[in-house]
Amino acid sequence: MTQITLNALSREAEGITAAYTAAGGDTAVLHDHGISSLVISGNKVLSANATEGIVLEKKETEHGVDIKLTIKKGSKIPLPVHLCFGVVPKDGLQEINMDFVAEEDSAVELIAHCTFPNAEKVIHKMDAEMLIGKNASLKYTETHFHGSHGGIQVIPKAHIKIEEGGSYYTNFSLLSGRVGYLEFDYSVDAEKDSICEMVTKVYGKADDMIKILEKISLNGENARSVIKSRLAITDNAISEFRGITEGHAPRARGHVDCMEVIQGNAKAEAVPIVRVDNPLAKVTHEAAIGCVDKKEVETLMARGLEEDEAIDIIVKGMLA
Amino acid sequence: MLQCSNKNLLEVSYILSLKNLILSRDGKKILRGVNLEVGDREIHSIIGANGAGKSTLAYTLMGLQGYEHEEGSIIFDGEDVAVLSITERAKKGITLAWQEPARFEGLKVRDYLAIGAKGNGGITEEEIKEALRKVDLKPEKYLDREVGEALSGGERKRIELASIITMKPKLAILDEPDSGIDVVSLKEIVSLIRALKENGSSVLVITHREEIAAASDKASLMCEGSILRSGDPLEISEFFKNRCIPCDNRVSPPKVV
Repeated sequence: MTQITLNALSREAEGITAAYTAAGGDTAVLHDHGISSLVISGNKVLSANATEGIVLEKKETEHGVDIKLTIKKGSKIPLPVHLCFGVVPKDGLQEINMDFVAEEDSAVELIAHCTFPNAEKVIHKMDAEMLIGKNASLKYTETHFHGSHGGIQVIPKAHIKIEEGGSYYTNFSLLSGRVGYLEFDYSVDAEKDSICEMVTKVYGKADDMIKILEKISLNGENARSVIKSRLAITDNAISEFRGITEGHAPRARGHVDCMEVIQGNAKAEAVPIVRVDNPLAKVTHEAAIGCVDKKEVETLMARGLEEDEAIDIIVKGMLA
Repeated sequence: MLQCSNKNLLEVSYILSLKNLILSRDGKKILRGVNLEVGDREIHSIIGANGAGKSTLAYTLMGLQGYEHEEGSIIFDGEDVAVLSITERAKKGITLAWQEPARFEGLKVRDYLAIGAKGNGGITEEEIKEALRKVDLKPEKYLDREVGEALSGGERKRIELASIITMKPKLAILDEPDSGIDVVSLKEIVSLIRALKENGSSVLVITHREEIAAASDKASLMCEGSILRSGDPLEISEFFKNRCIPCDNRVSPPKVV
């Protein structure tokens, strides 16, 4: 792979790194050649660095970038790989097509920051195909920062296949700024002895629209999974959550857990769906929607906080 | 007392003075004219049977929603706080430890303990650790745990008490601090209540335990929504144990042998 170094002097690099910082990223990692990283602004690859054990291919397209990221067989990547995707101008379209493979016995952590600080008419689409090989491990954390305008559509779609003994942990959070329109659609096929944990945390405000669909098919014996969703919505925001887990194999174990807090005129719908067609499989679920717990609010008020401060701390705690 | 010139001088010798406090819920009188005085830096126990109105009194003093009294006055530190919100009362120096503490998902113990100290200009890490040690919890084990985590009832109770320590209130209302805590730990709770007093707080304790009542400076027996008598803790405790027959009919006045 050709290494592309981030040019700190370019205006585009300056914009995206500032946005990356606003999203919670540490720009030092993007300049460190000992750490794998990829920075994409709009449809431009501003920097790319792959360390030993990682093959990173990328191709700029009309509206985005096609990425192929492979973790070589047996490679345990010691430091997280940092990804930065963003659109700095107030309008634009970004389409990311990701082909990720963690080969057999490999292990890696990906930390992605997606940042759209000025978005008024921005669309960000991600289409990902991910393969977690036999006994391989992927931990994927994706943090979004959308600015205050709410003029953004984020449409991430991913299919993940976890082979025998593999593990996949993902944590998607969109807590800063406005959500805008979010349509999150992840599906997982989990084979024998695999582990899958999917966590989503979103804080919706004003007229934000949040749609989350997560589906895990426990196809292999002893496959285990958890879908955990934590949503807080206020004002006129709307959320729709579907968490589906299917148990198709003996001793497959799955759990769907959705908790939503609503305030103001917000509307929430949570539907956990469990389907089991193997008598030795077991899938459970729980879902709760409600206002902020009164006793928690009053406890913090009795310690001297104003009601709004108390609610803020409770909601942030739930989303932490 | 000159510094209290803007306050009611008749009330200032007591940190808390309740006059004829009446509260009804769902059309039923729960507090039937409570009169009570708690001295400055005094440990005052409220004892009484289940349903006597002890917890209701605690919630009313804190100003919780649904516990707004309809008659009477709550004079705290020389000022009537009856119209103040929970937050305003807390800023004046009143706080409450619930019998069953709230669970806070995602809120770390260190952050929870720091919240109460905000009004006192903040708190250091060492002060937070010291508060945990005082309730017999190892800081290294608990600081980064979540308050809503699967902690035992006793652990949650201790964390609740630690949050009172860091707040340093003028009046700490403890609603059954002994519930969920084993007998061995009861001695520690008693010493903690004394520590709160030494720290400058007055303590109003709702309790069933003789050990806690005995450690108080003063006790009051509550029955059928009113204070039946106040005085020496041992005498009040003895009276409650041997001579006060729980009323079967809540409408009738207390029966005393």
